[in-house]
Amino acid sequence: DCQQADIKYLSGWKQWKRTSSKSLKKVLNEVKELSSYLKLWRHDIHSIEGKFGTGIQSYFSFLRFLVLLNFIIFILMFSFVTLPSIISKYGIFNSSFAKIPLENIAPHCTVYKPNDNKGLVYFYTYLKDLLSGTGFLEVTSLFYGYYTIDAAWLSVLRYNLPLAYLLATFAYLALSLLWIIKRSVEGFKQNLVHAEDQFQSYCNKVFAGWDFCITDPHAARLKHRSLQYELQTDLEEERLKRKIADRTMKEKLRIYSLRIFINIIVLAVLSGCFYSIYRATVFSQENSNVSIGHDIRTDANLLVQYLPSIVITLANFIAPQIFSFLIGFEDYSPAFEIRLTLMRCVFVRLANIGVLLFSLWSQISYCATDKCKACGYNYELYPCWESEVGQEMYKLMIFDFIIILAVTLFLDFPRMLLVTHCSCKPVQWCGLQEFGISDNVLEIIYGQTICWIGTFFSPLLPAIATIKYFIIFYIKKISLMHTRKPAARPVRASSSNFFFLVVLLIGLLLAFIPLGISIAHIPSSKACGPFRSFNTSWAVVPATILGFPTGLQQVLHGIASEAFAVPFFMVICLVMFYFIALAGAHKRVVEQLREQLAMVRFDPLFCTPKV
Amino acid sequence: AYKRFSELLPKEERENARSARVPKSQILTLPELRANPFQHRICRVFSTSDDGDDSMSFEDFLDMLSVFSDSATSEIKSHYAFRIFDFDDDGTLDRKDLEKLVNCLTGQGEESRLSNAEMEQLIQNILEESDIDKDGTINLSEFQHVVSRSPDF
Repeated sequence: DCQQADIKYLSGWKQWKRTSSKSLKKVLNEVKELSSYLKLWRHDIHSIEGKFGTGIQSYFSFLRFLVLLNFIIFILMFSFVTLPSIISKYGIFNSSFAKIPLENIAPHCTVYKPNDNKGLVYFYTYLKDLLSGTGFLEVTSLFYGYYTIDAAWLSVLRYNLPLAYLLATFAYLALSLLWIIKRSVEGFKQNLVHAEDQFQSYCNKVFAGWDFCITDPHAARLKHRSLQYELQTDLEEERLKRKIADRTMKEKLRIYSLRIFINIIVLAVLSGCFYSIYRATVFSQENSNVSIGHDIRTDANLLVQYLPSIVITLANFIAPQIFSFLIGFEDYSPAFEIRLTLMRCVFVRLANIGVLLFSLWSQISYCATDKCKACGYNYELYPCWESEVGQEMYKLMIFDFIIILAVTLFLDFPRMLLVTHCSCKPVQWCGLQEFGISDNVLEIIYGQTICWIGTFFSPLLPAIATIKYFIIFYIKKISLMHTRKPAARPVRASSSNFFFLVVLLIGLLLAFIPLGISIAHIPSSKACGPFRSFNTSWAVVPATILGFPTGLQQVLHGIASEAFAVPFFMVICLVMFYFIALAGAHKRVVEQLREQLAMVRFDPLFCTPKV
Repeated sequence: AYKRFSELLPKEERENARSARVPKSQILTLPELRANPFQHRICRVFSTSDDGDDSMSFEDFLDMLSVFSDSATSEIKSHYAFRIFDFDDDGTLDRKDLEKLVNCLTGQGEESRLSNAEMEQLIQNILEESDIDKDGTINLSEFQHVVSRSPDF
């Protein structure tokens, strides 16, 4: 009745304000609910969460994020690069083709006759072309060589396609970077707090350990076991830490020398992988190209074409096994062991791509004759080298997809059938495989790095990546539901989310390097592509700037000069130091307050009798 | 929510479901509670019945759903979580409560319990981390402080 009395005395205006704010809140809530319905695969991910816990669910939401990212990148590249080219080819706008080379380019550099297999072809050739990106696929908009338009005119506006191509590349890289950073910011905050002192790990596990979304009693039993296992492991780690602190000098010396030795072995394994990839790439390139003089393309075996992909996949599979075997000897704490193995696996996977690209480039830039030096790249074998690189990335992506399909079909399902129908001891002891979250995540990050690098050379690659990840979601989900058992060691969702995004970020930053070298260092091919009339792909930017009014030019020159860059850099450093100092001060305040809270108990002024 | 609640009642009482009370055994058949190790505590905490039989009326049911929903604030959730974890209802979490809590988490059955030494070490660590006034028990504000720093709650 008190409330009613109050309401009677509220003025009409206040009442209206209150009701309108309430209805606004209601509308906002409903919009939020509706938008969560629209989220892709909401129901699937929810059911996975209920059956297998939040660790595995974070893998699937990470997959969903990648599907969306690739789709947006595809829309970007398509609308700014592919669509204008296609429209121009059909002659809707007046467009000029970049067929007129610069005066000082030797004519032999501009000869490019792709074998597009028109007319009747064997089905085998068709399939081979589909799988390796040659033949009829090479002249489609899938690869760099298709984009020959110099500019498209819309009545009076000039659409500079080369500039658009370059800027779209930078745009999708920047978009990916910003989106990943935005997603990892929340996880970073938590990790910063936790990494500094593990002051709450036990409380977290005990008070927040139970996953209230679990509805299946079988899953509940597994959760119990996993919680018990986790608590026992943590306690054991603590005991181990105390033991390590008590080590004698002699033991320390022995362990450190053992670790150095094992690291040398790891380096040897890595160099073995890199060398084999280099040799495989060189071999594959040598055996699938003949000089243009003969005017025949060797009917290269599909196996030879896919040799680099096969070697990379083998290396990606064998190296982690070796690493997890070796780390047993190094006597680290279990958590550090896992992290170190993971870091090594990440490095192997990403560096493999780098070695492949490096070996491709050494082939492309290998110049023996003067004629070749005039072009800047090996014009005989690679008249359109960007398309070649694009084809390699395309092959890597297709092969990756095929391997994931094959592993699921030919390893997981037979294993499940064997375990359910055959009750002999060794089979039952093997049991179902666990869902290795980190392995699967590394797999898709590897695929995404290929996509990022390859999109510059093959603008429709993000579309293929979107479809690939879309199908992989369903494959993994079916494989998970039917052929896997939940992991004995649970992975906490918050820390794993952050870890996935950090590794993805590493992949993106690593993708900058090959792209930067391709765009700025290696001369663009003069026989195909939008950058024909420029020295390198980057040269289109200075050329455009020279076309700007003088005032704007001077401003841009000023920004790029040292006089601006150095003070700017110093200001950014100062801002960063300020924030670090602020964080340190906050931490000290928290410590002091905690101590004060403990002291309050003994202070007679504040003492309250215990209820 | 009303539909779920009335499904739990036997057929005769469905018309006046608003005023009926559902016995504890029926509530525990809900799929979300079936697998939950804290099911008994949850029923005890949310039930307002006077005779201590842990039956729940429709309001109690709504209370429970609203606390567990995604839109409840962390303060409400931690308040109720504290009451659920407090096995002896004395307003603080002492060593016995913590021991029962850990046993609930690791599962029923002899082989899934931690050994005594491990339990001691674990409880020692928990108290070290969360007991600010060092009185050997965790009260509501200490609990809320710990939980507010926890990302997985």
